Amino acid sequence: MNEATPQGKRLGIVVGGSLTEGINVKLDSATPIEEMAVGRYVVIEGQKCRFFGMISDVTLGATNQQLTITPPDVSDPFIAEVIAGTGTYGVIHVGLRLTLSGDAMSILQGPQPVKTVPAHFSMVREASEADIERVFGQEDEKHFYVGTPLDMETKVCLDIPEFVKRSNGIFGKSGTGKTFFTRLLLIGMVQKKAAANLIFDMHNEYGWQVQSEEKRFVKGLKQLFPSKVAVFTLDEDSARRRGLSADYIVEIGSDEIEPEDIELLRETLNLTQPAVEAVYQFSRHFGEKRWLETFLKLDEAADIKDLLDKLSVHESSYRNLRRGLAKLSRLHFLVPHARENSVQRILEYLDRGINVVLEFGRYDDLTAYVLVANILTRRIYDKYRERKEAARGDEKAEPYPLVITIEEAHKFLNPAVSEQTIFGKIAREMRKYNVTLLVIDQRPSGIDDEVMSQLGTKVAYLLDNEKDIDSVLMGTSGKSELKTVLAKLEARQQALIFGHALPMPVVVKTREYGSAESYREFGFRDAAELKRKAEEDIKGLF
Amino acid sequence: MSEKIGEVIEASTGQFVAECYELHSPPPLGSLVKTSDSDVEIYGVVCNAATESVDPGRRPIARGKEEATEEGIYRQHPQLSKLLRTTFDILVIGHAQGDELYHYLPPHPSRVHSFVYLCETDEVRRFTQSLDFLPILLGTKAVAVDEIASACLRQASCAHDDKRTFLVKAGKEVAVLLSGDLNRLNAILRRIRA
Repeated sequence: MNEATPQGKRLGIVVGGSLTEGINVKLDSATPIEEMAVGRYVVIEGQKCRFFGMISDVTLGATNQQLTITPPDVSDPFIAEVIAGTGTYGVIHVGLRLTLSGDAMSILQGPQPVKTVPAHFSMVREASEADIERVFGQEDEKHFYVGTPLDMETKVCLDIPEFVKRSNGIFGKSGTGKTFFTRLLLIGMVQKKAAANLIFDMHNEYGWQVQSEEKRFVKGLKQLFPSKVAVFTLDEDSARRRGLSADYIVEIGSDEIEPEDIELLRETLNLTQPAVEAVYQFSRHFGEKRWLETFLKLDEAADIKDLLDKLSVHESSYRNLRRGLAKLSRLHFLVPHARENSVQRILEYLDRGINVVLEFGRYDDLTAYVLVANILTRRIYDKYRERKEAARGDEKAEPYPLVITIEEAHKFLNPAVSEQTIFGKIAREMRKYNVTLLVIDQRPSGIDDEVMSQLGTKVAYLLDNEKDIDSVLMGTSGKSELKTVLAKLEARQQALIFGHALPMPVVVKTREYGSAESYREFGFRDAAELKRKAEEDIKGLF
Repeated sequence: MSEKIGEVIEASTGQFVAECYELHSPPPLGSLVKTSDSDVEIYGVVCNAATESVDPGRRPIARGKEEATEEGIYRQHPQLSKLLRTTFDILVIGHAQGDELYHYLPPHPSRVHSFVYLCETDEVRRFTQSLDFLPILLGTKAVAVDEIASACLRQASCAHDDKRTFLVKAGKEVAVLLSGDLNRLNAILRRIRA
């Protein structure tokens, strides 16, 4: 009954359901219900087309209610075997995702979204490796392998050029594997040459090696792709201590800080609303370029009452602002006037297709992060916009696609500030200017709904807060089914990926990162190997 | 060739009665027997057997008061084996025409005086490959229908190499047919458990 065909094991038959609610499948008595994990793929053989779906729920059924009240003598293996599948049976709930009809045209077009359901009693089977491959593609110059589906060996691949066309998000509780997956994606983008990356690396995790939770050192991007990655830092000492020689030391001139930047820091600097408004007054009074420097130099003791009166700023607001901005003077990378134009430097690298990791060194507090990320991104975005407009549709002159990676994204994209920050703008206007975001966050509910709904592809690790789950799944079809799947993910290395770059949602065990073998797969060769290769080449020459 | 065990003495489409050639030797309850109506072979399950007086008006009387053994009675009264007879009832569950087996009632009943044969192991196995006859068996109005059905399945299982697999398959079929009547289902399952 349960013949193992190369197409995958038969599981049961369709007995009911709907397109919106999903399909109910009665399991054959020989199908062990305990193997039907939520998140696994099944294929339904309809009369004209084949449907792909994902198990979203498993229920137990009985033909007769009396059976559940006076259960048969199941201690007898014979009776237990007879009753299984006849009197009692298992039902899996399958959310339909894609169809593939049999004609030649649709084979060329690939899987299509579902618009109908399979007929009653259509045969349901496990998705085979070949089925999965047909849906998620094979690893090639566009597709990057990110992980394997649950209990399978097939590779799930992301279409990287499609991926970078929209802003994307990676969400999950702390310690679930967000950073590892981000590294993977960055490698994918480097490998497939789909976009240049600018990574605001708050905790110095991406550029150089870091220790994983298992106390193992894992290599950073710079170590894997030395010629394609540049590490910029705000804190030279920290980089040196970690054995990294940074490509460039970034300085930010206080003449580059605009009142809008301070507005974004309102929460982290603990400023009141009148204090923030006072910033605009000071900026007008002292001049856009010099206001911060002059303000910080204002003598505490001096009588500034006249000035405050003139600008109609209340003294308490002034005190509040002063306390807040004093924090900025502790940031050593902040100088009155930067010697070099950091933005220009970053752009030079990005133009050459070199990815830039900006490390924050010891300045891993939010003040520095939000300030620097916002200032740099705003400038870079402006440049991109100018160039895109200058290109006027000439594809060759268009700037190389840029992906900006930010952590703690809710600080930039929360409903209160997302309207003002450059990040909110990028997320909303999407790819018009070839700049997109990769946002990483553990509290997606803190991000503005409008921004969330614009994210193309979302990677969700385990989340257990109801609000976070809702916000990640907002606007996704089959939300209730995905919700069950999302809440049942394992605590580590399992992620639900869905959205633009994938034909249908998938739960993956993420690809390994950190072993020597995994580095080799990414195209990394260690010193010994390179030496051997060089020797062989030399031999070949003579 | 199957063993000839009796002769049809009363026939209808769904059921027939046969008389044994040997007194007190009816086929076991639930065993598969066959008879024929010209080119149609009719299969049935033994659902009852009885030994009684040939003349319904004359009931047998007890004769063994002076005898030491039961055989002694028949030795002393040789006429008894002529005055008594053993009959058995057969529930028709299918038929065969040529090489084809059909698990439903034949177009005509068998003729009276047709010979009745006990089916051999191979034939039982061939006939019970399909369990489509179970609805007839379970739906009959006979007194101890569940006993007959269990006996039939037990008997048939002996003809199969893998007794347990056959019984599980049959049990599942019964479970589907009797899904509305758990008491009967439980009774049958307990009687056929392997």
